[in-house]
Amino acid sequence: MSDYGPLSFKVPEPPVRPGDEPDFSDFEVPKAGTVRKPGVDTDAQDIKDLATTMIRVLNREGDVVGPWAEELDKDLLLHALRSMLRTRAFDERMMTLQRQGKTSFYMKCTGEEAIAIGQQLALSEGDMNFPTYRQQGLLLCQDYPVVDMICQNLSNARDPLRGRQLPVLYSSKKHGFFTISGNLGTQYIHAVGWAMASAIRGDTKIATAWIGDGSTAENDFHAALVNASVYQPPVVLNIVNNQWAISSFQGIAGGDQATFAERALGYGIPSLRVDGNDFMAVHAVSKWAIERARRNLGPTMIEWVTYRVAPHSTSDDPSKYRPREESAAWPLGDPVLRLKNHLIKVGLWTEERHTQAEAEFDGEMRVAAKEAESYGVMGGGSSARDIFEDVYKEMPPHLVAQRQKLGV
Amino acid sequence: MVQMTMIEAIRSAMDVTMERDENVVVFGEDVGYFGGVFRCTAGLQKKYGTSRVFDAPINESGIVGAGIGMAVYGLRPCIEVQFADYIYPAYDQIVSEAARIRYRSAGDFTAPITIRSPVGGGIFGGQTHSQSPEALFTHVSGLKTIVPSTPYDAKGLLIASIEDDDPVVFFEPKRLYNGPFDGHHERPAQNWTTHPLGNVPEGHYTLPIGKAAIRREGSAATIVTYGTMCFVAEAAVQETGIDAEIIDLRTLLPLDIETITQSVMKTGRCMVLHEATLTSGFGAEIAAQVQENCFYSLEAPILRVTGWDTPYPHAQEWDYFPGPARVGRELKELTEAI
Repeated sequence: MSDYGPLSFKVPEPPVRPGDEPDFSDFEVPKAGTVRKPGVDTDAQDIKDLATTMIRVLNREGDVVGPWAEELDKDLLLHALRSMLRTRAFDERMMTLQRQGKTSFYMKCTGEEAIAIGQQLALSEGDMNFPTYRQQGLLLCQDYPVVDMICQNLSNARDPLRGRQLPVLYSSKKHGFFTISGNLGTQYIHAVGWAMASAIRGDTKIATAWIGDGSTAENDFHAALVNASVYQPPVVLNIVNNQWAISSFQGIAGGDQATFAERALGYGIPSLRVDGNDFMAVHAVSKWAIERARRNLGPTMIEWVTYRVAPHSTSDDPSKYRPREESAAWPLGDPVLRLKNHLIKVGLWTEERHTQAEAEFDGEMRVAAKEAESYGVMGGGSSARDIFEDVYKEMPPHLVAQRQKLGV
Repeated sequence: MVQMTMIEAIRSAMDVTMERDENVVVFGEDVGYFGGVFRCTAGLQKKYGTSRVFDAPINESGIVGAGIGMAVYGLRPCIEVQFADYIYPAYDQIVSEAARIRYRSAGDFTAPITIRSPVGGGIFGGQTHSQSPEALFTHVSGLKTIVPSTPYDAKGLLIASIEDDDPVVFFEPKRLYNGPFDGHHERPAQNWTTHPLGNVPEGHYTLPIGKAAIRREGSAATIVTYGTMCFVAEAAVQETGIDAEIIDLRTLLPLDIETITQSVMKTGRCMVLHEATLTSGFGAEIAAQVQENCFYSLEAPILRVTGWDTPYPHAQEWDYFPGPARVGRELKELTEAI
């Protein structure tokens, strides 16, 4: 007789489903200020614990505490909060345009604003982001023209990408924003290659890679890690763990067995797990990783723990797979409120200024949207000639013939 | 001008471009210190250093993906995928990324990468070292696909590829690396030392991408082919005494349909010949275009002579490979058809 019983197959399930009470009882949140800050030249082997804990700087009272707390310039802090509000206003306006049938599709980043903005404000000119579709904050905290962004979403006559890309998949070399692919994860290895090139040429620029928890399962993620490990290029490997990949909770990407940050440890890459709803932590840890990269100390992985408050996209309905109240119960709170409370506490901000700023950005987005709409909506104003341009640098004869066939 | 093997010509192409442009970098599996399993990069690391010529992990999607990132930065990576049979893990990076970055960013970003890879059979390599997957790449807009058949073409086209501002997939027929091969595997191997197209300039020169070469002029039929099959076609013509014109495409995409059309209009008969499998092979595209352009000049149906629609076998290689006897038989049928 065999000692072995029948095998059983396991499929991870989130703790709760629609109709259940939200449950984050297993989600551990260390007190702000309790995680140590190593030197940037620390060996990956000596900071393995940082991949399983959570670096936090802003406490419940709105104070910045612990070794990762940094003195930030007043203008930077105000710019950060205003950029987060601006991003939120932008998202809301785009949702309205989608509901009005002026764009086919949109994706909000609600609840994740601190991450892209916190990191971008720690980068330097010439550095290159390889973003996903939920880092619109990278552009919105820079001087990228918001009308151009809306025109991209409307696929109109002034769309910088000439109507070729889905809404949200922006591109701007000048703003260090690599063209977004709709194929997930492919850009992670591009960031590593770009950083390798910077090192090959003896440049001083660094790259940042962006990916979501779900897409860490893609081959390209692992390709990026092995290459980052082998060649030690100046790259920051960001994982935005917002708990949900469309309807799949992070356990379907392997998040129940180990943290996403821990994946870097097998490659000998220093890795930190951070409260992604804490702007002060985002900025401080980004700065640490960027400093490492620029000092030729190699790659760093950062898992930003956050929550996707919005649906995956305008084509998604999260109430079908998670409790409606789950985002309100999220233990790390709202990134905008947390930074706002801190700035009020230190006397840089007031409730009145906050309300005024919200109105200001709502107004800015209305005016910008109106202008953008005047160049066309839902593909209106796009040119059929643009189908054939830019496939190659010079149009080969077979494309010339096909363009003639279309009569454009 | 010196006599070179195709390996030496390919190495010389990389050497010449690296010498002229410090943005050219070479990497791939075993290409660094060792110089590549086929020796195409031998000596380059010693000459240009480890930051311009280096070994890569066994990770084809990573090799191509990192190459794309480097190209986006401004380098001109010339990367090696050790066998075309290993290129599939990189297919997404080639199709969805390299080929589309210019288009989707409206020219804001570009990825001028050259992907070199040995292709084809005739070396007793079995199903994982013999395939000809070129049609998977000619089907993709945004790519250029090249298959040279001589040392002279290999060098001129590889330099043109590295200097091209668009991504190029450059397939090297591995059975031609050391000498021309006409399919007569039972005879002693030939080498390039006496072949006129093994005579190659030492310095910089380019050949235009998208231009075919007429290897033999003739009037009885047109054989449209590329790579190793150019020499098989020559042998078949010689052995049958049929006066066929042989066109070596050299570049599959963009296709030089003009040269093909002119020839078929003249001969009225067309055979498409390749090692790759038949169904949905590149021959289907050529046949379709010849039919569109030359229908009223055709005196017989267009004939495709190709590998069988099976995986590439090991022991039965010479029953699979479209050798001169089979090509000759088919050529007779083509010219005798009313």
